[in-house]
This record gives sequence, structure tokens and C-alpha cells, in this order.
Amino acid sequence: MEFPEGLKYSKEHEWVLVEGNTATIGITEYAQEELGDIVYVELPEIAEKIVKDDPFGAVESVKAVSDVYAPVSGTVLEINDVLPENPETINDDPYGDGWMIRVELTDKDDLKDLMDAEEYAEYVAQQKEEDDDDEEEDDESEEDEEEKEKG
Amino acid sequence: MRYTPHTQADRERMLRTIGLGSIDELFQHIPKALRERAKIDLPPGLTELAVRQRMARLAAQNATAAEWSIFLGGGIYHHFIPSAVDAIISRSEFSTSYTPYQPEVSQGTLQALFEFQTLFCQLTGMEVANAGVYDGASAAAEAVLMSRRIQPATKRRVLVSRALHPQYREVITTYLKNLKDLQIEEIPFGASGATDIGALTRYLDDRSMCVVAGYPNFFGVIEDLTAIKSACAGVGAQLISVTTEPLALGILKPPGEFGVDIAVGEGQSLGVPMCLGGPAFGFFACQKKFVRNIPGRLVGQTVDSEGRRGFVLTLATREQHIRREKATSNICTSQTLCTLAATVFMSLLGKSGLRRLGEVNVARAHDAGARLAGRADIERPFSAPYFNEFVLRAKNLDEIFARCAALKIVPGIKLGQWYPELHDCFLICVTEMNEGEEIERLVRTIAGQ
Amino acid sequence: MSEPSQDNKKSRVAAPRLLFESGSYGRSAFVWPSESKKVEDEIPAAFLRSDIPGFPELGELEVLRHFTRLSQRNFAIESEFYPLGSCTMKYNPKVNEVVARLPGFAQIHPMASPQLLQGALALLDDLAQMLAEISGMESVSLQPSAGAQGELTGLMLIRAYLNERGGPREKIIVPDTAHGTNPASSTLCGYDVMQISSNARGVIDAATIEKVMDETVAAVMITNPNTLGLFETQIEAIASIVHAKGGLVYLDGANLNALMGVAKPGHMGVDVLHMNLHKTFSTPHGGGGPGAGPVAVKDTLRDYLPVPRIVKHGDKFELHDDFAKSIGRVRSFFGNFGILVRAYAYILSLGGDGLEEASRMALLNANYIRKQLEKSYQIAYDEPCMHECIFTDRVQHKYGVTTLDIAKRLLDYGYHPPTIYFPLVVSGALMIEPTETETPETLDGFIEAMLEIAREAKEDPELVKNAPYSTPVRRLDEARAARKPVLRWEPGSNGNS
Repeated sequence: MEFPEGLKYSKEHEWVLVEGNTATIGITEYAQEELGDIVYVELPEIAEKIVKDDPFGAVESVKAVSDVYAPVSGTVLEINDVLPENPETINDDPYGDGWMIRVELTDKDDLKDLMDAEEYAEYVAQQKEEDDDDEEEDDESEEDEEEKEKG
Repeated sequence: MRYTPHTQADRERMLRTIGLGSIDELFQHIPKALRERAKIDLPPGLTELAVRQRMARLAAQNATAAEWSIFLGGGIYHHFIPSAVDAIISRSEFSTSYTPYQPEVSQGTLQALFEFQTLFCQLTGMEVANAGVYDGASAAAEAVLMSRRIQPATKRRVLVSRALHPQYREVITTYLKNLKDLQIEEIPFGASGATDIGALTRYLDDRSMCVVAGYPNFFGVIEDLTAIKSACAGVGAQLISVTTEPLALGILKPPGEFGVDIAVGEGQSLGVPMCLGGPAFGFFACQKKFVRNIPGRLVGQTVDSEGRRGFVLTLATREQHIRREKATSNICTSQTLCTLAATVFMSLLGKSGLRRLGEVNVARAHDAGARLAGRADIERPFSAPYFNEFVLRAKNLDEIFARCAALKIVPGIKLGQWYPELHDCFLICVTEMNEGEEIERLVRTIAGQ
Repeated sequence: MSEPSQDNKKSRVAAPRLLFESGSYGRSAFVWPSESKKVEDEIPAAFLRSDIPGFPELGELEVLRHFTRLSQRNFAIESEFYPLGSCTMKYNPKVNEVVARLPGFAQIHPMASPQLLQGALALLDDLAQMLAEISGMESVSLQPSAGAQGELTGLMLIRAYLNERGGPREKIIVPDTAHGTNPASSTLCGYDVMQISSNARGVIDAATIEKVMDETVAAVMITNPNTLGLFETQIEAIASIVHAKGGLVYLDGANLNALMGVAKPGHMGVDVLHMNLHKTFSTPHGGGGPGAGPVAVKDTLRDYLPVPRIVKHGDKFELHDDFAKSIGRVRSFFGNFGILVRAYAYILSLGGDGLEEASRMALLNANYIRKQLEKSYQIAYDEPCMHECIFTDRVQHKYGVTTLDIAKRLLDYGYHPPTIYFPLVVSGALMIEPTETETPETLDGFIEAMLEIAREAKEDPELVKNAPYSTPVRRLDEARAARKPVLRWEPGSNGNS
């Protein structure tokens, strides 16, 4: 799994590329993998204001809809017009061609709450471990049951 | 016991497998106080023969269209249904299957629904149609709610023509009054029986969300959708057309041609028996750009892993089982078997048959209209063109209806209950099921001969 | 890569054409003499359409073959076992179909005067009373077209009741196990949804409700037994808590098939509920309806019930709509009358004792399956189950096999899969509801298939993951259908798109 350096990451699995006072935002590789085939993307309008931690759009797969949360506050400058026709671009290239919006930052301090690549990689590893732990627990208790039956 | 096949031996074997001594043990965890009071105090079950006899006795107490001459419309219509329709919908593969959640084994239902959607696009002249909703009335209410999702929050005034079916207006009101931001206003109808365009124009402003009008309207009148659309377009309001008699669309210009935004209506005329008004179905069609806002099921075409064409429920993220509180509607079970009946009906009639049936309706209704309006005490108060329903004004309405009843004729629907100013009027519908001789008898009886 | 089964050969049948891809110009199955007068003589030309482009043009036999072929691509209760959890796929009796088609029920017009409809009104009146007795409630409205519309109606009754007592309030409490229609109906009724979590045993703790219940909460919506097939043991305590703060209790009656003769919702503190006639009361599912979702209330809510209402005067039935507090109409005419007729015939056929027996056998069948599948599948909750049991795919996940794969493989064994991935609180849910109309031999066949699939998952996971092989089509590309929706046939489109 990729965790490009030079990007910032949120707990809701969005990435941010900061260039001067502009931020480009998208969802991470982990997020698109969890969602599966993306079929539709809901994006804000240009000039709309997005608010940190509030949803600014949504990403749909066949069986689910996920809100996309603003990692920073800002005003929308650009939206990726490839996505309406080709939403699968997010699956194919989540950090590059699959970018969602570009905003003008309201407050650079917002970036302080975000993680860097290493921290995010750890965070994702933790999430995956939690899922595996559940499975392991079940395996263990199954083994115990088998032991009991034999004994 | 009826329909439960388990013998005593079956039960004992099954209980042994589960490891229980009696069936009662399955309920041990239910609070005793509840179990003790749970007895269902209804008579014991009847044999199949007894059920048939009992139901026949009840059925015999109702006036059927076979034994009575009925000239009733008002949202439900007496039309011919070809025998093949029931033959097909009686097939248990169609009637006893569930909503097609496993598309690999539901291609029958899914393809039929895809065909249904296509047929209604063709009939209404709209770009997209869903797989049906409960009835025309809830379709109208859902159309208004859809308009609310599309239009900006500054537009929340809903203008409903008073010439729209009274029950539909009631249902719209019931649905809308739970939502605080919507305002309903009624637009009067004019002397011709159509929506008063002058009044409509005065009511419309930049806060108007949508206009809802019948096509044809409750009086059978063919509304001037060009004029209504033009008035709407001027202020950015959406136009919702409501068709209770879809047979009319075989003859009339379809709503799509007038730039209607959402076209809804009742489908019962197309191969579904009257059945006291249900079950039938509502149809719902709109422009493609609004498709993600549409309520109800949608069937889409795709391919399987070997490249074969197939059909699936699609855009399901709009619906309640995925979107939950943010769904476009709450609808789950709909009216699928009835939409199948309509699909079969439209297939049998086809282009020329639908046209022919429409022509017969127009001819019979206008023949009756001309003959009745020619009588001394009877007039047609509305001058606008109509399809197969029209309004008559007569003196001594009660006497006329009594005379007719004595001869097993129901001449129409008295309008006074919804329109006090039309207390001396009734709505009469004439279809291909009303024979010439029947119409003759109607005319004579109404005229008092 | 393992070999697919021999059944693979079946799947080479060509896809049937669409109605619009067959036929020929001028064909019709409809013969009717033309009238002497032309339409243009009666209606101005400006109102008339010239053509219905693309509309079918087929002969009668063509039409029959088309739909017969389609029917053969459908699985139904009468094909084989259909254990869809929470859908209650019981036998749909044929006698109900016969009586519903009697002209005295099918050929009657709703706008005829009540004197001409006495049989119909008597039936509706009697059915309402039967449903009240079965559910332990006091009054019933038969108007709603389906469960979801019943929910909306019930919530509107609650809203009207509260409105008269200071204000409608703001929220509805909905458990995480609720069917999606519950929150959707709440929103339609102008309420916000507050979701609460079930406990580790799969039911709602009264304490959880107590924490959030206040005067901004209009009602709690509860399903009993819930969508996990478990009896909500604390429902009476929950009802007390809600009532104490002036709120009401709505019961989603979708799982009523587990309760008949066992426990009546009316005794649990429930104020309003809906029933699904197309589930508990055997009316056919029709591929997705029509159904009926009658609403039953305690007398507290009676004033608000929809109109028109049937009132008995002597031995005559009348229709009245002068009930000032009524919420109004929720649909046209009387509701899905034809469905109500079928349910009525069913209740007559079973009687009180037959309905009680139905629930008993439903529970017996579900527990019989549960006991035997427990050895190979992980049960979601180790609690007494009622009419349905839920498993997860945790065991099979170890081999990379999911609930979806198991469901698709079941198709190859000739069974309809159970409900999958619902409710959301269970990961990879497989919800099995056999109903009471199935023989033990049928259940044995299903159990054997499930055990075989569990073995296949372990020994040959690829076989399961690429199923089904023997159905008319194999797995369909749903992503493609959603990305580029094709929702109708267009002239000029060929068979593949």
C-alpha cells in the first residue's frame, strides 16, 4: 500500500497536498480499497465553502455511500471534472488523477491536526490489525472448543 | 393443519435433533405473562370449499361491471383486459417470486421491469421511468418531494390545480404537511374546465417550486400544458403532470413533448382489474438529469462475467436499504406484479392496438356526450376538449340517479362532494366496455323516458 | 483453478430478446372494429400525437412465448425453497387467487355508492377486526399499500397525537438493527433519526433508551422479534420509559410470523404497529409487490386514523370521512383491496388455531436448521432464535470465501439464497427464514447443501468464489450498471452494450 510522502492525511482517510495557500484533496488508497468499485462521486460547487470535519461530498460504490469529510476549511477553487464521467479514476489513481477538489485554505493551522505519511501508515496498520484480531479471537475460541470436545 | 405439512413423527424427529422435549420449549424465553394472554380468539379454520362459498356470498353482495352498466371513471377505469394478461401473471414464477435481489435467478422479473420502464418512457415521452410506485396519488406526492430535492431552498411553494383528482390532492397534503418548509396553494379552474392560466400566472413567482396539474384532469379535460409550462418556465418552477387515465396517452401528445419535468399517474387502465381501486400501480417518469433523485426501484442493463446481456436493480444507493434516513423515499415492496400485467397488456395491444382502443373510447364518449348534451335539461358545462370522461349538469340529479339505479345503471360520479359549485353536476366516463345499446339506455333513462 | 460443475452447459442458452427487438410493423394482438368517427373530428389536431416510436408490434403467440420464456428465468417459491430472512416466503395459497378473481371483488368500482359495495365493506370491516385480534390492538386501517407506507402512516399518527399535546417533537429513536425503511419513513415524516446500539446479546437495553429518552423524542421504533430473529426481551421496560416522558412506541410488525399465539404486541406496550400482509398473511410477493401494510393502533391514536372509515349502522355498512382529527388520506381509494381479499381468505382458512400453529412450526423449522448449521457456520448471536437464524461468514472468511460467494454457490444447488448482508450489525450476515410451510425433507436438502458448500469453501475456495455456474446468467457487473446507467431500450441499440 502506498503512503506518498509530502501529503498530509486525515483520520477519515483523506489526503491533502499543500501548495502555498492551495490544498488539493482526495481519498487514500486504503479508502478506495474499502469502498470497492466506485460508481459515482458527489462534488461541491466551485466557490462553495467547505468546513473542517464536515462532509463536503460523497463517494458511492454499488452497495454503499460514504461521506467525504473536509480535512481543512476553505473555498472551492476547482473540482476534478474527470470524475463525473469516470468515477473509477479514484480506484485507479487515488493520489494522482483521482484528486477530488482544490481549495483555497482559510486557516493554515488546520493542517496541524493532520498526520504525515508515517503516522498515517501506522494508523492504517492499526485499523487492519483490529480486523485481523477479531478473526484471530474467533480462531482461538474455536480451537478451545475443539479441545474441549476432544477432551 | 392448513399448509403446515409436519406429521407427529416429523415433529418428534425434529425435536430430537434440536435436543428439546417439546415445541413449547422453543418459547421458554418469552415472558410468561405475554404467553398466557396470547391466544388468538378467532373461529377455527375453514375447509377450502367453505372458504370459497363464504367468499362467493360476500362477492355476490357487490355490484359488478358485468351485471351493472357503469359509467364510472374518476381515477379507476373499466377497460377490456385480454385473457393472455392473467394467464401470464398467474404463472407462479412471476407471482411467487420476491424482489429481484439475486439477479442471476430473477432475469424474468428484471427484464420485464426493464421493458416496463421503456414502455412508459415511450408512452410519456420522458427519458427515464422507474419500476413503478404504489398508485397515482402517492406518485404525485413523491413527485412533489422529488421537486423539493432538486429545487433550491428559496423555492418552496407548491401550486396544485383544483382540477386535479381530489383524492390525489388529499394525499399530497397528507404527505407534505409533515415537512415544515412546504406551502401548498390551490389554483382554480376556469369556465372551460381547465386550470385557469390567468390565475396560475398571478400565483406563480420566484418562490414557486412546482405546479401539479392533471393531464387529462379530474373532469376529463385535456389541459393546455404548453401554456402551463410557459408560465412555469418564466419563474423556474417545475411542471408535474398527473395522468389518471394513461390510455389517453395513446392518442394525446405525451407530457415529454411539453417539457414536463416529472410525469406521473395511475396505471390501472392498462390491463389491471378495477378491484375497488387497488392493487394497481403508479408510474413515475422524468428527465435523465434528475435520475439520481428519483424514488423507487430502477432496473438497468449490464453484462455478466461471460459477456451476456443481463439486468440488475441499479442506483440502489438512493434507496432506503442503503441510504436509510437520507433515501429518496422509504418505498421497499412496490407493485411489481401489476406492472407486469401492464407490460403484457401494452405488448398485446402494441402501437396500433393502443391507438385503436383510444379511438374507440373517444368515439363512444363523444357520441354519448353529444346525445346527452342535446337534451333539454342537460348541458355540458365545460367546453374544453376531453378524452373519455366529461361533466354533465342536470336538474334533479338525485331523481336521475334513482331512476338509473332501478335499471342497474350507474350514470357517473356526483361532483358536489368535492366541488360545491358543481353540486348539480356529475362526471361520466364512457369506454369501449360500454356498448352502443347500453349508451342508448343510459341516454333514455337520464332523459326520463 | 478448479473445474466448474457439469451444470455449466446449461448456461449457454442465448439471452431472450426484448419486446422491442422482435415483431414487425403493423402487428398487434388486439382486434377491435374501428369507429366511424375519427379522433380528429372530436379533438383538435394540436392535442394529438402522431406515433408512439418504438412501441411493440407483436402477435399474441409471440407475446405469450416472450413472457413464458422470461418466467422460466425466474426462481420462485413454487420452484424451490426460498429462505429469505425477514421476508417470510411461505406458500401462497391458490384458493386465495381464485377468490380474489371473483367478479364480485375484481370488477367493482370504488366510486360506486356504498349500497352497491356491501360485500366489500363487510369484508374490510371483518378483516380489520381479525387483524386487531391477532395483534392485540384496538383499531386498524387497511389503507397503506405496503409496510413502508404503513410505517409512514403510523408515524404520522404519532405526529398528529403529539401535535395536539404541545408539539410533534423532533426525533425518532431507531435501533441499529432496524430495516432501512424505519429511518427513511422517519425522515419522510419530518423527524430526525437517532440511532442506538443493540447490546452484545443482540437486543436493546432499556438502560440505553433511558439515557436518551426525553421530551424531544416522539417515539421509539422497535421490531419484535428483531431483524436478528431475537425476541426483544426488554420491550415492556422500554415502553414504560418512553411513555413516562410522553413518547410513543411503534412496532415494525414484519416478523409477526414468529408471534402468533405466542405474544401479542398490544400487550407489550406498543401504541401503533404495521403488519405486512405479503409476509405473515401469505399474499404473493409478485416479484416485488403488490403487498399491503395495515396499521393497528390503541384507542389513544384512533382519532387520527386515515379516512374514509367504514362505520356499521344496523346491518348496513357506510363510509364516513368526517373525522376532524384524521391525518387524511395516505393513498387513493381503499388501499390494495385485492391483496386484502387474499389475506382475508387466508385467515378464514387457518383460523385462530391455524395461525398459532403457523408460528409454532415456523420456530421449529428455524431451530432445526440452526442446530445443524451451527457446526459449520458461525452463529451471529448465541441466543434462542425465533422464526429465523443468522450466521456470519467468519469461518469461511479464513479461506477467502464471503457470504456473497456462499449465496451464489447455493444457486448452483437449486436453492434461493437467504437474505445477505442484513442487518448491518452482523458482518457478512446470512439470514435464514424457512417459514412453516416447508417439510423437514426440504430443510434437510438445504442443510446438506449448506454443509457441502462449507466443505467446498475449505477444500476448493475458487469453486465457490466463481459461482454460480448453472444459472441463466452468471455474476452481473453491477458497477457498470451504476456507472453508466442504461435504464431503457433505445432504437438503434443492439443486444450488447
